[in-house]
Amino acid sequence: MLIRESASKMTEALANKEVSAVELTNQHFEQIEAVDKDVHAFVYLDKEGAISQAADIDKRRAAGEKLSPLAGIPLALKDVLTQKGVPTTCGSKILAGWRPPYDATVVTKLKSAGVVILGKTNMDEFAMGSSTENSAYGPTRNPWDLSRIPGGSGGGSSAALAAFEAPLAIGTDTGGSIRQPAAVTGTVGVKPTYGGVSRYGLVAFSSSLDQAGPCARTVLDTALLHQVIAGFDPKDSTSINQAVPDVVAAAKKQNVAGMKIGIVKQLSGDGYQKGVENKFNEAISELVKLGAEIVEVSCPNFEYALAAYYLIAPSECSSNLARFDSIRFGLRVGDDGTHGAEEVMNLTRQAGFGREVKRRIILGTYALSSGYYDAYYGSAQKVRTLIKRDFEAAFEKCDVLVSPTAPTTAFKIGEKANDPLAMYLNDIATIPVNMAGIGGMSLPCGLADEDNLPVGFQIMSPAMKDERMYLVGGALEAALLAKWGKPILDFAPKLVGSK
Amino acid sequence: MSLNYEQVIEKYEPTLGLEVHVELNTKSKMFCGCATEFGAKPNTQTCPVCLGLPGALPVVNKKAIESTILIGLALNCSIAPYSRFARKNYFYPDMPKNFQTSQYDEPICVNGYLDVEIETDEGNKSFKIEIERVHMEEDTGKSLHVGGNTGRIHGADYSLLDYNRAGIPLVEIVTKVIPNTGKYAPQVARAYVAALRDILRGLQVSDVKMEQGSLRCDVNLSLSSIGSGKLGTRSETKNVNSLRSVERAVTGEMIRQASKLEQGERIIQETRHFLEESGQTRPGRSKEQAEDYRYFPEPDLVPVVPESKWIEELRKALPEKPADRRKRLQAAWAVPDKEMAAMVNAELLDTVEQTVLLGADATKARSWWLGEISRIANDRNVFPTDLISVKDVAEIIALISKGELTDKLARQVVEGVIAGEGTPTDVIGKRGLKVVSDDSQLMKSIEAAIAASPETAERVRGGNIPAAGALIGAVMKATGGQADAAKVRELLLKHLGQ
Amino acid sequence: MAAISRDEVANLARLARIAMSDAELDHLAGEMDVILGAVARVQEVAGKDVPATSHPLDVNNVVRDDEVVPSLSPSEALSGAPASEDQRFKVPQILGEE
Repeated sequence: MLIRESASKMTEALANKEVSAVELTNQHFEQIEAVDKDVHAFVYLDKEGAISQAADIDKRRAAGEKLSPLAGIPLALKDVLTQKGVPTTCGSKILAGWRPPYDATVVTKLKSAGVVILGKTNMDEFAMGSSTENSAYGPTRNPWDLSRIPGGSGGGSSAALAAFEAPLAIGTDTGGSIRQPAAVTGTVGVKPTYGGVSRYGLVAFSSSLDQAGPCARTVLDTALLHQVIAGFDPKDSTSINQAVPDVVAAAKKQNVAGMKIGIVKQLSGDGYQKGVENKFNEAISELVKLGAEIVEVSCPNFEYALAAYYLIAPSECSSNLARFDSIRFGLRVGDDGTHGAEEVMNLTRQAGFGREVKRRIILGTYALSSGYYDAYYGSAQKVRTLIKRDFEAAFEKCDVLVSPTAPTTAFKIGEKANDPLAMYLNDIATIPVNMAGIGGMSLPCGLADEDNLPVGFQIMSPAMKDERMYLVGGALEAALLAKWGKPILDFAPKLVGSK
Repeated sequence: MSLNYEQVIEKYEPTLGLEVHVELNTKSKMFCGCATEFGAKPNTQTCPVCLGLPGALPVVNKKAIESTILIGLALNCSIAPYSRFARKNYFYPDMPKNFQTSQYDEPICVNGYLDVEIETDEGNKSFKIEIERVHMEEDTGKSLHVGGNTGRIHGADYSLLDYNRAGIPLVEIVTKVIPNTGKYAPQVARAYVAALRDILRGLQVSDVKMEQGSLRCDVNLSLSSIGSGKLGTRSETKNVNSLRSVERAVTGEMIRQASKLEQGERIIQETRHFLEESGQTRPGRSKEQAEDYRYFPEPDLVPVVPESKWIEELRKALPEKPADRRKRLQAAWAVPDKEMAAMVNAELLDTVEQTVLLGADATKARSWWLGEISRIANDRNVFPTDLISVKDVAEIIALISKGELTDKLARQVVEGVIAGEGTPTDVIGKRGLKVVSDDSQLMKSIEAAIAASPETAERVRGGNIPAAGALIGAVMKATGGQADAAKVRELLLKHLGQ
Repeated sequence: MAAISRDEVANLARLARIAMSDAELDHLAGEMDVILGAVARVQEVAGKDVPATSHPLDVNNVVRDDEVVPSLSPSEALSGAPASEDQRFKVPQILGEE
């Protein structure tokens, strides 16, 4: 079944004319038709646009044109990136039906590469959450167990991959929103170094932390996608003005002999599920067998990362979300002649934003207020410096750092929905990476003994050295594949109706 | 019970603060490439960035940084080696992002000054106005209020928003507190804004048209009892759209505040609006709680770290300061203070200078532009250079200096050029206005005049020189004023043996 | 660590332009208390001598040339407008100063 293959395999099939791009696209739409009523990964399907793009690729291939490696490959796009003329909701009511008049740079690059965007995936509203339960359009369900969360905020993208609805996906990661969903769905996700991928067209949640990134079922596919979407963008003042590292070569290299791998002391222990830690340790053994050297490092300021994150991100979002005021786009409530402009704004935002978003806006407004700035936002920005320094010191001693991606496997839908703090703890291992702006990857390292649910292995590389994640990830993936005999998703129960 | 100004200054002293916003004349906006043309059709110069659409990001306009540094240098500021943008968070329909990207505690220019001079009954007085900071920010969109009967907000049914102006670069210039202006506060305020405007014009960084909004002034004022040593509560007055309004707003606020204080009332710290018609100010929106702007460093932009080499290049490229230039020209042309002031007030200094640069005598240039030409211009409600060019005036003056035109003839030439009859040469030709200085020609007229008044001629022969005037007059009349009067006199007297 | 009152939350909601019912305000005030209690620990390590990090990247001076680039057409600009008139965005009565 082609849809269960990697994107690389699909690329071969297309190149060998075993299948056309249009056929491949239709196969994926059929799978979506079959399983998405249960998984609910997608909030919008762009059948017309996708087929049109696929047909164009077929035509160009037939004419002998040299095409990008990923031309004709289907992709699921997280609904936080603007796609011209296509509904972009960010999982919120306040943007219901909004069709942006412009493409995000990531989308422009995908289109130039001939990637076939199937549709927009579900997410926690405005990227705030770790379970996709905060979507205004209903939750997405984990293909491994439909009663469980697929992670968040990018649960739609990771679920689409795990349900074979697409071989590639784009996510965004502010505190772990690519990596944690990858971990709990048995897929691969990367948050590039901050600035590695343009944020132009990425609806901002927390500007100094947000980053779009590639998601797929294999490390190589992820690298291929990384290559397409990364690079300097003059429209984004925070984008890195340097060449994209050769992540594809790194993913293929699969040689970690002599590499120093640091285990972060603070990202383990209390709060981490036993089965998660076991799988993590097994993966470490594999790396040792491959010739890597393990180093123990301590990053004491990581204890403060979660607290700092839940000050910085809400503060920036309280400002970023101010533009949702009913005037130029989006929802408008209360414009019936009895309310003035300000009241309409207040009513619109009351109706259009969900609880988590409101919570964070209020928290952020408080943290920035006169009299509180120094104690809260100001202090959090200092903690950021300390975390950066911890990473720098650790990277003096090792090439990459590793940890479990998330403290637990996928929990049940509804289990943590009413306990914000418990929900926030899902990001405890991923947040330090965003705070320092370095790169982070999650790839599957097994199924936890307690519940047979996927466990994610996180690899962290120094800023501007993303290739190291792919080097270690590629090697580990190959070793684990050899150990398991088949890809991890082959262990997942088959979804009803799935091809 | 309202006091008059004299009463106010007897008891109170004003403390001023002036905030001026300058719209830069860059081709594109501060953070995006949209055009900045004035008067374009609504929402034709917008994009995701200046509309504040979700996902849009700002990129700084290099020219705007350059213009701001030029302004800072011209105002004797230090240029910060490191400065940052910050978000000023508040909601208003004309603000697409509901925050303004501005600068907060790390502005690009700080600690400058501007020397300002005013004319008073007690002679010219100088004031050194200290500049706190000069920083970069962005303009808002424009709202049109529909319904109601005044086109103003109160009573309007709804509003229409045009974002063409949103994102145009603004530079904010803030003075430090200005003490010790006493009764001259209104004039000092006006003179400061006028001087600032001159500098900005000279730098060519803005159109600086107050009527069009490319130069805006907010006036901060507080009063304290003379000798009390305590500062009073200040008010901020906005909507001050002309130099005259600046002066009137200061006066008006001083009177208002003093009148209140006299009645034992407190001054509320508030924002007020200047009303053109009455010269009064009215309260702005009353806010029970002050707006908390929650400033924080703009995460979408990186710091501005101008190279010292670049700053030095800009410093060298600064044009001569208007005040320095005026002093230089005054000395070069030997112009008395009052006449210098008249030229500056009439905004004809540049015109006169250009005329002089084309070779004209400075005194003549001044007298023609400010005299005859201004008179005609005022009658017609136009500006002198709308009527006649610098080149033509210079040519006419040259002809006068050469003796080919008398002042009287020159006036006719000016009229002719203004009437569109052509260049000065054209007019002279068409109207036959050249001075007659050909001796033989003149002799004919002289002899005719003598023949017509033999008694007068006799008197001149007899030594009565003044009597020659009548004869000269006759010759002038006979030649239609085109005779060179001095030449006629010379020839006549010689002919009559004097 | 002072508890955050409902009035304070109401003020924050006003600053953030989000209408809230009394019940919502009460609920949020409680949640704020808990969250602020957890995040306040940043003060423990945020010493005076520690500089703040506002940008992960150590980059300065990103600028663009002063060139005009085509704008959106008015219909594109207004495409998302809930209400418009005469090629402008229409909003109900704005109270307050011009």
